[in-house]
Amino acid sequence: MAPILDIKNLYKNYGSVEILKDINVTIEPGDFLVLVGPSGCGKSTLLNCIAGLEPITDGTVAIGGRDMTHVSPKDRDIAMVFQSYALYPTMSVAKNITFGMKVRGVDAATQEQKLQEVAQQLQIEPLLQRRPGQLSGGQRQRVAMGRALVRDPKLFLFDEPLSNLDAKLRVEMRTEIKKLHQNLNATMVYVTHDQIEAMTLATKIVVLKGGVVQQIGSPAEIYNRPANLFVADFMGSPAMNLIPARAKANGKGTQIEIERAGAAPLVLTDTHAKNLPEDVILGLRPEDIAEAGFRAGEDVQEADCMVEMVEPAGADTYVVSHLGGKQVTARLHAETSAKSGESLSLAFDLSKVSYFAPESGERLN
Amino acid sequence: MTDISLSPAHGPSRNWGKIALRWLLFTLLGIFALFYLMPLFVMVTTSLKSLEEIRTGSLVAFPREVTFEAWRTAWSGACTGIQCEGLRPYFWNSVILAIPAVAISTILGAINGYVIAQWKFKGANLIFSLMLFGCFIPFQVVLLPMARMLGMMGIAGTIPGLIFVHVIYGIGFTTLFFRNYYVSIPQELVKAAKVDGAGFFRIFWSIFLPLSLPIIVVTVIWQFTQIWNDFLFGVSFSQAGTQPVTVALNNIVNSTTGVKEYNVDMAAAIIAALPTLLVYVVAGKYFIRGLTAGSVKG
Repeated sequence: MAPILDIKNLYKNYGSVEILKDINVTIEPGDFLVLVGPSGCGKSTLLNCIAGLEPITDGTVAIGGRDMTHVSPKDRDIAMVFQSYALYPTMSVAKNITFGMKVRGVDAATQEQKLQEVAQQLQIEPLLQRRPGQLSGGQRQRVAMGRALVRDPKLFLFDEPLSNLDAKLRVEMRTEIKKLHQNLNATMVYVTHDQIEAMTLATKIVVLKGGVVQQIGSPAEIYNRPANLFVADFMGSPAMNLIPARAKANGKGTQIEIERAGAAPLVLTDTHAKNLPEDVILGLRPEDIAEAGFRAGEDVQEADCMVEMVEPAGADTYVVSHLGGKQVTARLHAETSAKSGESLSLAFDLSKVSYFAPESGERLN
Repeated sequence: MTDISLSPAHGPSRNWGKIALRWLLFTLLGIFALFYLMPLFVMVTTSLKSLEEIRTGSLVAFPREVTFEAWRTAWSGACTGIQCEGLRPYFWNSVILAIPAVAISTILGAINGYVIAQWKFKGANLIFSLMLFGCFIPFQVVLLPMARMLGMMGIAGTIPGLIFVHVIYGIGFTTLFFRNYYVSIPQELVKAAKVDGAGFFRIFWSIFLPLSLPIIVVTVIWQFTQIWNDFLFGVSFSQAGTQPVTVALNNIVNSTTGVKEYNVDMAAAIIAALPTLLVYVVAGKYFIRGLTAGSVKG
């Protein structure tokens, strides 16, 4: 089956400024693709290019196997949900949802039937005669989704749809979007700057920075095997610990040496890593540093570290230490006895370790 | 803490200060209002007096005997030069001049503003700046070229010619009004409508126009006042029979010989000013609202 969306060598310039550079993305039917990156990385521009709302400078965009590069938005078989919802302020909710069908000349009976279907699905039936101005943020969000759903398109596009909601509602709507995706078996492209949203919703993530794709992969791939320092730092909260270290090959594998202020260097031995350069940056997620005795495995190595700060977070307790001149966060269980200013034995799970080149930032293992 | 404990003691005196200030303010505003209403008062009372009474009585006195004779004369009998038909024919000239001129310039301004604010194209800002520049060109500068152009178009001295002049001159202002109103409307609205399949005019008609009532009212009031009260274009580009009411008023006042009929002059002036006054009374509420209305929240 042809991919639903196939972007090849897409470039987008505004005047002489390159906004997007050589973007190549393919998604299959049923995929939930999330475009994620810091603000100004070009993710919303890319979405607008897919929708046909922005002309592209070079490359092609195909939707449902058809080349859509020069096709107007209305003929691309897409529906879009906007950050500000973009509901038509003078129309009732019902008219907002049926406006597209009305423009297309769908007959009134079909319009009414589809409206009822969507209203039922999103539980907005009591709101149909209201104006957008009389709705709460969450209700507007639903109406905006209804306007997209009613089209039954090949491809749904979401432009940061949850960023205007409060934290609690955001989590609720996130679950709901995920449910919707599963129930409809729809194909979606979703833009967000929130890496947690990206992780929870996506079947496939594209990480963008400065208009360049940094990595494309499943949430697990992106999380466990980030392609470079930027992705490692951007995805995950708290962020991955990135510690400057020196690697030396020895008989059993590679010996990793980490400088410590006022103490002997911390030495770990990685039995898997091979052919590392001398200077590396070692990346280890906070959950891969545990209290000694709470993590087992052949790649787990223990060492004493000075605790600088203890931050209880309810379910977990974060412990901050200093290694290689960098702050290092470890995620311990809630009942840990760690105290700031005291030494604590920590277990480093090297089966999860990433190595990066300090200069280029590229992944080494 | 000290603030809280002291405030009850300070309360009453502060209140008196507030009330005194308020009274001062109202008195001052009242005096200003009277100052501005005085000429209108003199005009209305004078127009209701007979010539005899004007000669013998005081300027600011109420009429001893109310007579509408002067109004009747001003409307249908006063002489503008050789003809003595009063203001009536010229009043209608102004009406059939002002209504299409206001309507056309408002519609064009709305479409221009919509394009410049929401359909950004290369050079949009330049065109907008040039239109803005058009607002500041003094009327006198365009008189000669405009006369030549109207002549070439074959509409010199006609009401359509005057309509044309007012539309051209008004577009700068109406575009400015609508552009500034539409620029505060999120661009995502157009994007959403595009995805929904609506085209340029459909989006304008179904989404933007229904939002525009306040700014339409502002523009209509502005344009109507400008066009109705215009004298220079009226006197330059019209001929006998197509003159607007302002020109006729001038002729009534300036072409009388012998005794000055102040009561007729005053009545004629009020008649000429009445439509703009009416527009303000009917739509003034929207005028203030439209000028202050900023963003439209979806």
